[in-house]
Amino acid sequence: MVVTITVNGTKYTDDISPDLPLLDYVRSKGCLSVKRGCETSNCGLCTVHLDGKPVLSCSVLAVRANGRQVTTLEGLEEEARAFGAFLADEGGEQCGFCSPGFIMNVLAMAHELDDPTDEEIREYLAGNLCRCTGYQSQLRAIRKYLTSKKEG
Amino acid sequence: MAYVNAPVRKKDAMSLVTGKPVYVEDQIPKNALVVKLLRSPHANAFITSIDKTAAMKVPGVVCILTHEDAPKSRFTTAGQTYPEPSPYDRLILDRHLRCAGDPVAIVAAETAQAAERAVRMIKVKYDVREPLLDFRKAKDNPILVHPEDDFKALCPVGADNKRNLCSTDVFEIGDVEKELAACDVVCTRTYHTKANNQAMMETFRTFTYLDEYGRLTVVSSTQVPFHVRRILSNALEIKKSQIRVIKPRIGGGFGAKQSVVSELFPALVTMKTGRPASIIYTREESMTNGSPRHEMQMTVRVGADQSGVIRVIDLYALSNAGAYGDHGPTTIGLVSHKSLSLYGGLSAARFACDVVYTNTMGGGAYRGYGATQGIFAVEAAVSEIAAKLSMDPCEIREKNMVAEGQIMHTYYGEPCNSCALDRCMQKAKEMMQWNEKYPRKVLENGHIRSVGVAMAMQGSGISGVDIGSVEIRLNDDGFYTLLVGCTDMGTGCDTILSQMAADCLECDIDNIAVRGVDTDQSPYDTGSYASSTTYVTGMAVVKTCESLRKKIIEMGASMLGVSVDEVSFDGKRVYVIADENRSVTISEIGYASYEGHNHCLSASESHSSPVSPPPFMVGMAEIDLDPLTGEVNVIDYVGVVDCGTVINKNLARVQTEGGIVQGIGMALYEDIRYSERGTMQNNSFMQYKIPSRLDLNTIRVAFESSYEPTGPFGAKSIGELVINTPSPAIVDAIYNATGLWFDTLPVRAEDIALGLLKK
Ligand code: FES
Ligand code: FES
Repeated sequence: MVVTITVNGTKYTDDISPDLPLLDYVRSKGCLSVKRGCETSNCGLCTVHLDGKPVLSCSVLAVRANGRQVTTLEGLEEEARAFGAFLADEGGEQCGFCSPGFIMNVLAMAHELDDPTDEEIREYLAGNLCRCTGYQSQLRAIRKYLTSKKEG
Repeated sequence: MAYVNAPVRKKDAMSLVTGKPVYVEDQIPKNALVVKLLRSPHANAFITSIDKTAAMKVPGVVCILTHEDAPKSRFTTAGQTYPEPSPYDRLILDRHLRCAGDPVAIVAAETAQAAERAVRMIKVKYDVREPLLDFRKAKDNPILVHPEDDFKALCPVGADNKRNLCSTDVFEIGDVEKELAACDVVCTRTYHTKANNQAMMETFRTFTYLDEYGRLTVVSSTQVPFHVRRILSNALEIKKSQIRVIKPRIGGGFGAKQSVVSELFPALVTMKTGRPASIIYTREESMTNGSPRHEMQMTVRVGADQSGVIRVIDLYALSNAGAYGDHGPTTIGLVSHKSLSLYGGLSAARFACDVVYTNTMGGGAYRGYGATQGIFAVEAAVSEIAAKLSMDPCEIREKNMVAEGQIMHTYYGEPCNSCALDRCMQKAKEMMQWNEKYPRKVLENGHIRSVGVAMAMQGSGISGVDIGSVEIRLNDDGFYTLLVGCTDMGTGCDTILSQMAADCLECDIDNIAVRGVDTDQSPYDTGSYASSTTYVTGMAVVKTCESLRKKIIEMGASMLGVSVDEVSFDGKRVYVIADENRSVTISEIGYASYEGHNHCLSASESHSSPVSPPPFMVGMAEIDLDPLTGEVNVIDYVGVVDCGTVINKNLARVQTEGGIVQGIGMALYEDIRYSERGTMQNNSFMQYKIPSRLDLNTIRVAFESSYEPTGPFGAKSIGELVINTPSPAIVDAIYNATGLWFDTLPVRAEDIALGLLKK
């Protein structure tokens, strides 16, 4: 099936198999930040933005992205660095394997929620598993990032 | 000290948070074959025939390998120093399948789809046998997991494959029965801990190719590159000199990757076809055929006198090796050494154990490595005896805990040179407000708030075995290259060792370029396991820096035309003490060493420690328990750690938080279960629940440092210790809420609710 998908601002037209997950499609376009951690839509490592909204790219077929905009961490380098610096200063990227998906969701949350409470942050990011950190350092990084954004 | 003890950002942090392609899968060559495995549906079976004709016809299939194509020398996949204590009980592909998911055939194809299709088209006939699944019935059972005659144990661990024994041991100090008889109270209970999956986010994965010299190159997500080289050589029957192993960044290990799991299959394909090959384990494969924590059953007898002095502990442990003995004989030792030794004044102690084979997934190394299981049993028993004596569980520990200066008779007779366990307890009580909260409060909604406590210890490397080697080179312009053979798996050791080097060489940390691990280029290191890296390899860094400083001073002095006693080195320059204006900079020395000399400046030292000083910890859980449903929420957890000098505050803290959360998972959720036929029932993150953000509230960590004289900058280890307190602390808190002792992990809501109903 022929589709036209915009990945990080670049338009691609491809003939793809209808059962190709978006995850494998974006990786084939060199977006290697996008990781797979499970086969059951439970880990959140594969999170990308589809028209600006976070989705699990393992569970979305590439054909569903036809005519739409896909953004991965590669396309948000500047924002990734800005939040990533806070994460790094907390040591909240231990092995870093969950970081891209997690950061994609944090950035979406920062756009969507105003002044979220700790509880709202936990809820929003509940689908992003991390086995290394125990989540506390990530929460500290998010808090500091949100404060710094507010203070401009 | 500018960097040691500071919260230094990890050297690779920014590339990780911007998603750079630094992991195995990101670097697989485009033309690599995709490897998939046909796995056994049976827990105990013999292959009678395999027909691969139809599968070979699938377009894109390049090779299909079965037991007939694989080498016939038995080996172990446990990443341990040679001679490995784990028995040689495996083949890459065997006719005898000993657990569900054992590999039957290796398929390599141009695409994943072709490989998967071919896997489905291989026709296999099995002679299916009854599986042995209950480890309590394994010893001397007529069903033999390893009936083969070429089974062999390199070390005298008590292995006997004709009795399903992977190892067995016993030791006794003093007269246990006599002491028990003389005690005022004795508490006896049998505990059961389950197999747990490490569940690192990056599953097992490897790719292989032949390099320009025709040697097998293995790029793998591993904690033990040098052991991988040896194990592959054993398994593939090729010379070690023909193998090179490279570790890129890895997505977590926790011990799982201290075994060879995914490496053998693409390696065999590359050897047979000459082509690059890759394998990425699915989450399901990682769950069903990984290297989980050993399931154990432990019976503890603790005896104390009326005043709460603990006089004797007797411990028997039965461990389930599963189908293969990886790490079986060694994990079991830690069950006692790292639990009994928390108590300094024992007059008698005994430990006996059996490690048995069954037809379940083979076990491996998981953070804590037996200490976790032993500490759960002993700490829970100590809390119970405190309750019997109507004593605060903190008080009984304060009375009996090991102290600096004691000889630890149950810990290889090592002296306890550094121990701040008493301060950890004090601090934890303050942080938790223990005295106000103990034992419980009933809230208006009927929920019960209660607290519980446990202590823990671990080791720092394997004494007399582990080796860390380091090389540091001075380059032109005066920057250094630090070559290490230990494996950063997110734990930050590349950064931590750079911090130490920067302080020893008195330079900016950016002046240290660090590189690991490539077995062709890195100095030898046993690998990152057994909490060895900071302590063992760290000391090698300190020693190497001392040697290099000497050489820098010699070279500087000769450039200045004076003797070495007349100069000093401050990291930036070598100068004449009597006339500080006469100096050469480190940059000038670097350049000079590159020109017309016979000595490029480099130093390399190795370190091995005759002792393994334990780090210590006190953990306290505050829980909210709903007596109607039995649901437990850990609303606050306090961990106070003595890891000696803290090298990197951030990383040590995150290690502790992460370890505590894994421990909470073990206490309340995680449990590998099998069907009656021996297939795993919870083989995904849907069914095997690891803690998510919603399962946690606050975790608070503090450090109470002792100074370990044998460690670099006074440091001990931290990586494993931190997983050990949650299970016993939470079980203690549940008792303080309900008056019920739970001895089987995980403690489930329904068990608590049922227990309360029966009460
Ligand atoms: S890969 Fe796990 S949720 Fe997408
Ligand atoms: S940092 Fe390793 S899984 Fe999150």
